[in-house]
Amino acid sequence: MVKVVAKTGNEAMAEAMRQINPDVVAAYPITPATEIVMIFAKYVADGLVDTEFVAVESEHSAMSACVGASAAGGRVMTGTSSQGLVYMYEILPIASSLRLPIVMCDVNRAISGPINIHCDHSDTMAAQDFGWIQMFSENSQEAYDGLIQAIRIAEDPRLRLPTMVTTDGFIISHCMDKIELLDDADVKNFIGAERKAADSLLNLDKPVTIGLIDLQDYYFEHRCQVADAMKNAKQVILEVADEFAKKFGRKYGLIDGYLLDDAEYVVVALGSTCGTAKVVVDEMRAKGVKAGLLKIRVFRPFPAEEIAAALSKAKAVAILDRSDTWSAQGGHVFTEVRSGMFDLKARPKMINYIYGLGGREINLEHLRQVFGDLQNVDKQPLVQYLGVRE
Amino acid sequence: MDNTVEIRWHGRGGQGAKTAALLFGEAAMSLGKNIQAFPEYGPERMGAPVASFNRISSQPINLHCSITNPSLVVVLDPTLMGKVDVTDGIPKGGAIIVNTMMKPAEIKKQLGVAELKVFTVDASGISKETIGREIPNTPMLGALAKVSGLLDYDMMIKDMEKKLSEKFKNKPEIVKGNLEAIKRAYNEVHGE
Repeated sequence: MVKVVAKTGNEAMAEAMRQINPDVVAAYPITPATEIVMIFAKYVADGLVDTEFVAVESEHSAMSACVGASAAGGRVMTGTSSQGLVYMYEILPIASSLRLPIVMCDVNRAISGPINIHCDHSDTMAAQDFGWIQMFSENSQEAYDGLIQAIRIAEDPRLRLPTMVTTDGFIISHCMDKIELLDDADVKNFIGAERKAADSLLNLDKPVTIGLIDLQDYYFEHRCQVADAMKNAKQVILEVADEFAKKFGRKYGLIDGYLLDDAEYVVVALGSTCGTAKVVVDEMRAKGVKAGLLKIRVFRPFPAEEIAAALSKAKAVAILDRSDTWSAQGGHVFTEVRSGMFDLKARPKMINYIYGLGGREINLEHLRQVFGDLQNVDKQPLVQYLGVRE
Repeated sequence: MDNTVEIRWHGRGGQGAKTAALLFGEAAMSLGKNIQAFPEYGPERMGAPVASFNRISSQPINLHCSITNPSLVVVLDPTLMGKVDVTDGIPKGGAIIVNTMMKPAEIKKQLGVAELKVFTVDASGISKETIGREIPNTPMLGALAKVSGLLDYDMMIKDMEKKLSEKFKNKPEIVKGNLEAIKRAYNEVHGE
């Protein structure tokens, strides 16, 4: 039975965590992700979940505790943001190379400095090379649905890859929205009552050693196995999404198009900005401009072929980045999309906008400007900063 | 997007501007609307000016940008007028509801907004009489429901009664006081 409720992004993620009922949660509070773990800690205190909650002294310790608990065979979750995620960086690639299916709620927030608590994607994008599956959410519903799917994706025996599901700080994490919740029993059936760990420290019938030194002899192979798993991940993510859609009716892809099929002018974006962009796409269509949106839901693995196919017929494409690589060559999404388009026989003109750093507003007017620029794409610079003061 | 109503709440830290937006959003959702409710996040201090927001629509709401041109504004604390531009961005024909004992015409003159509809209600007085302390955000829900015309009165009262009864299971007097506050503000708000 569908239950419609009003929840913020953080409340939605905490609710999904309650229904997932992980074995272990280790976390340290940080704005704007604090509420997720705060609400969940209350569920633990009230006996609504069976989770062992580990209150650690830092995010470095949180991720380390997650690694230990997951290596022991547990279903393990955590939540963080910004500097907290940055503080986990040392442990993130250990989680993936040990093939530990930890699932993280990550609330996208700018990284210091200067210090700033508001939304951008710098924290998550800087973690793109650590072997974690990364999923972005346009709204609370996607965050809730994504988190439930993430358990299945991470624990799939073909992958065993840690997975982070992100929301945009404050914009989604603190915005109350109408969402549909699943029944507890449906969630339990969908994800399975417990993680089936093939190799774990607590499986005494099959003793294993985890985390050994790995030099010239095997390190390379193990790193390549993570790459292979990441290649398989696209298929697994789609299978899980299909099953979710069949059971619960909401359909998700690696990418999701909005009026994209015949679009000549396309905006590519991630997260909450996609919602605002849809409104402008509608406006443009009403004026007879063939506008469209390509939302990247899954950033790791990067759906390059799918994006190239979806954009192959466009005239001009604007790629929106809520983070900067500081490479002086554009943002994270731009460089990946552009590279993914390289082998197409005919490519649309592609330009990059870096926007919204530190929570800087992105509104209808900004997006109207982008669609306007696309209609004069030859006059545009390769990379521009949208909404920045000169 | 056309039928989306955007609302801004002004209050001071601790007065419940955020809670009011969340409650109004929840009430609207219970009556079948699509909703958003979100606060403005800055440095938060007790007594400092704060704002919060609602979007209410019969269509799914995709917008995630801030609200700059609300057609309805609620002022929980009249001492904010003159210190914060509470009329900022309200389009012509929009409405502002102020918690004050003053008459709408006086507020209209004070704010210098001939093109806006101005409503007043003594929400502080009502809350003192019905709830026993100054919580203007609860009665202002009733005033906003009346002025906006967004919510069916009987259904809203029924929904509020249900929610408050769940929240205050062992304190029926609180439920009664809050409902009375909403009802009175609904009936006592007046404007021009």
